[in-house]
Amino acid sequence: MAFFAARNMHKRFGSRVVLEDISLAFEKGQVSGIMGPNGAGKTTCFHVLTGLHKPDRGTIELEGVSIAGLPPQRIARLGVSRSFQIMNLFDDSVVIENVMLALPEFRARRLDFLGGVFERGELVDAAMNVLEQVGLTHRAWERATSLSYGERRALEIGVALAAQPKILFLDEPTSGLGTEATRGLATLIGRLRERYTIVMIEHDMRFLFGLADKISVIHWGQVIAEGTPAELQANKWVRRSALGEAAGA
Amino acid sequence: MISLSDIPSRSTVRHWVPIAVLALALAFAPWWLPTVGLYQYLGIEITIWMIFALGFNLLFGYAGLHSFGHGAYLGIGAYAFGLFQQQVAVSLWGGLAAAIFAAGLAGAVVGAFISHRRGIYYALLTIAFGQVFWFTSMKLHGITGGEDGLLGIPRPPLTFFGLEFSLRDNLALFYLSAFCLLATVLILWRLVHSPFGRVLQALRQNETRARFAGYEVWRFKWAAFVISAMFAGLAGGLFSMAQQSAYPDVMSLHQSGLIVMMVLVGGGLVSFWGPVFGVILYFVTRDVLGGITETWLLWFGLMFMAMVILRPEGLAGMFHLAWNRLRGARAVSTPLTSEPDLAGRKT
Repeated sequence: MAFFAARNMHKRFGSRVVLEDISLAFEKGQVSGIMGPNGAGKTTCFHVLTGLHKPDRGTIELEGVSIAGLPPQRIARLGVSRSFQIMNLFDDSVVIENVMLALPEFRARRLDFLGGVFERGELVDAAMNVLEQVGLTHRAWERATSLSYGERRALEIGVALAAQPKILFLDEPTSGLGTEATRGLATLIGRLRERYTIVMIEHDMRFLFGLADKISVIHWGQVIAEGTPAELQANKWVRRSALGEAAGA
Repeated sequence: MISLSDIPSRSTVRHWVPIAVLALALAFAPWWLPTVGLYQYLGIEITIWMIFALGFNLLFGYAGLHSFGHGAYLGIGAYAFGLFQQQVAVSLWGGLAAAIFAAGLAGAVVGAFISHRRGIYYALLTIAFGQVFWFTSMKLHGITGGEDGLLGIPRPPLTFFGLEFSLRDNLALFYLSAFCLLATVLILWRLVHSPFGRVLQALRQNETRARFAGYEVWRFKWAAFVISAMFAGLAGGLFSMAQQSAYPDVMSLHQSGLIVMMVLVGGGLVSFWGPVFGVILYFVTRDVLGGITETWLLWFGLMFMAMVILRPEGLAGMFHLAWNRLRGARAVSTPLTSEPDLAGRKT
């Protein structure tokens, strides 16, 4: 049984079928990648897996427990965390508060009406610990909007990590990043892979092929190929497509 | 534009200064109000509306939920206080508890209907429910007294550990209102800086992210609405004591609009103290400008428009920026980071 598995997942918006009988399985401790051309249904797939959209049919299980159709907050509490392609931060808040709000310790105190937040050393320490993982401790007390684009991407990942997830979904983490920032992100994900199960959608094929243990290729709402980077590079369908060329196949 | 989250409360020490200033201003109001040409009853009105405005701002400024029918809960508090005195017992604490409970209950019911909505739908539903309450107060003659309202509501004495103080005098009622205002400030101050308050501010900024951080967003919206309605109920109870009556106009759309205007002009969107400034500005303008011209509300309306267009951060934001300039500090206002257009890449 896979750590996280989706079977025969189907999603349509009106008459447009976006996902058609998609089955995916992600193993614990691995970095899994999802690739495909624009409009293939990758982000919709993430939205369905993480609860933003309900699947029309099919099953989604985390450690054998069905999470299909649950709202995102419940799926998040079960240990599924994600970042977004278009950044989703608490922009007016300082960096550390963005992280703090996602901490399970903070969430456990969500109905504390009179206690403090920044006065609590254990919350600040826990948030700083996460910021250290993503290299943002020096920006902890600055507003999220004041960060550079690459730093905001790192903060997105930090917010997702703060939830202490069992599985981490990253939606195009290199989107909008320059070469240097992409290299920094690759180093970060390389460090995180030792502690987390990671699934990421990525357009940067070199980035993805360099990090992923297994990659699924989605096209027209279907999984057309799956395998290790080496297997995909040998796959004739992938080799024929622009995806394979981009990966240096 | 600066925001409520600009300055994280890493230290609570200096935040006691404005609370102490407010407490001193209230304590000595009976002496300084006549000196500046104002009168005692104005102090009662201002403190009551400050309670209403501060509670309202928990919803409006902190949670970012735009209620345009909040006058209803002020009115429900006023009616509940009056009905308690007339139908149950002449009791100050009983009446105030009834006012808070009734407004909170109404808020809980309405909140359950509207908390799954956002934006314009949320705002319109608050207006609709506000109008339902207003219309009900007009038509339930047997209970509310119809258009005339409840008249002759007594001011029950204040009993405290066997001691009894009459509240017939406006000065005594002012001190009761001032005490309630200080309690409101202390409770709300703690609340907005608590984990609960921080979650409210987070969902104002980004509901989607809050959901993906594991928060049941609608429950927080519901709780904010109920708490805000309870403070409106407290203000309503004091209002009916001050006026010794409760009538439909208290819960009209006009009152709901007034509280929005006060909070916005004062700077409730950027500061805890914004509603306090807004209420003072409104009542002082009413009395000072109203002494000069009958069309004072026109001028206040124009000022409101100018403020929204030119200084949307309101009085509190202006004070904050002026204070920063005085200290030579760089203004904290930071332009939003622009993101590249990724819409085309979204799959």
